[in-house]
Amino acid sequence: MSLLRVRFWGTRGSIPVTIAPDAIKRRLVAALTRAVGRGLDTPERIEAFVEQELDFSVRQTFGGNSSCVQLDHGGDEYVLCDLGSGARAFGNHVLATRGGRPGTFHVFMSHTHWDHINGFPFFMPAYIPGNTITIYGCHAWLEEAFRRQHGAPSFPVEFAQLGASVRFIRLEADRPYDLAGFRVTAKRQHHSGDSYGYRFQRDGRTVVYSTDSEHKLDDPAEATAFAEFFRDADLVIFDAQYSLADAVSIKADWGHSSNVVGVELCQLARARHLCMFHHEPTYDDEKIAAVLAETRRFEEITRGDHTVQVSAAWDGMEIEL
Amino acid sequence: MRVDHTRFADVVVLAPIGRVDHATAEALKAALAPHLARCAQGQDHLVLDLSGVDYISSAGLRVLMLAAKQAKTQGGFLAVAAVQSTVQEILEISKFTLLLRLMPTVREAVAAASPTALAAFDRA
Repeated sequence: MSLLRVRFWGTRGSIPVTIAPDAIKRRLVAALTRAVGRGLDTPERIEAFVEQELDFSVRQTFGGNSSCVQLDHGGDEYVLCDLGSGARAFGNHVLATRGGRPGTFHVFMSHTHWDHINGFPFFMPAYIPGNTITIYGCHAWLEEAFRRQHGAPSFPVEFAQLGASVRFIRLEADRPYDLAGFRVTAKRQHHSGDSYGYRFQRDGRTVVYSTDSEHKLDDPAEATAFAEFFRDADLVIFDAQYSLADAVSIKADWGHSSNVVGVELCQLARARHLCMFHHEPTYDDEKIAAVLAETRRFEEITRGDHTVQVSAAWDGMEIEL
Repeated sequence: MRVDHTRFADVVVLAPIGRVDHATAEALKAALAPHLARCAQGQDHLVLDLSGVDYISSAGLRVLMLAAKQAKTQGGFLAVAAVQSTVQEILEISKFTLLLRLMPTVREAVAAASPTALAAFDRA
């Protein structure tokens, strides 16, 4: 049984962001202040200090690319969820590691809002003859959405000029398919224009990708249905963009969910690992780290006989299953 | 889900007992409804005494939010009081502390609602 690796190439919600210039200065001051008197006189000691003693939000960043997640089961073909701006980094990684060999790419689209497709015009494998890209989704307008962002007046390259063979396959929700080395089932989610979550199963392991999904709390049947969709999953990648208070008040019907609902659904489903995803673009690293700490505490104080591991995705993160 | 209610002049103190989860949130909503209908300018004030609630889920929090919203729309007064420590943490993590009027004790909530009711509360 091969390892299943989940790699996060883009984890930010709604729009790509970058770390603010003043945040870099703040981090340098914080790190150097911590380093005073520590005798950090070799690169090895400095490296160890940075790794072991600085907080994540000082030494690293959650990143700012929009949604793109890779499921790597060790085969030669690539499997992705969404083509947000993280797809650019993924494509460059493929070129750097694969050389000139043609590749096959399978992409499962949650929906076609801009932040989930805006990496495709910069996805270099799409420009290389010999590559094959299959884009799966449940929306009737799946292909149109991709074609529309290429070409004038939005982009200088027409879709027809792409060198790779690109095809689109429409899936039906609630119907299991055997695709790209996985048993894949899509589920319709509450979002403007609908979005779809995917449950991927292979060799006894299950990953659920459920982003851009608002959970209305007035219907217990809805919670039960999602708990079944998440049932016993090894990993649930979950839209936790808002606080619960925002999600049910000023941002109701904006199509996103919260950390609290993520924990509750994973507890109901007895899922093993909740990975918060689609981070709010106005949040800086300190804020996301604080939300993560609060969410772990929430899981702890509401835990029954089942523990849910809680993490927050960052660009470059890998989870092995 | 049991909800006890006690009147002190123009303040009604509602005290749910037990867990408020996905299974019981609707029962809480139904129990609050007739009292909320009278929670308006010149009518009753409401205090939710949560001292008997040891857990509240997102569905239960939504019921509280809707209640607070309805009371505000009607010009009424609604406060949540005497929250247990675990529920207090849940309110903080969910940021519901920003949506609800929270009071440390039922007495303080009654006092904030109505001096007449406070006198009745202290006599009780």
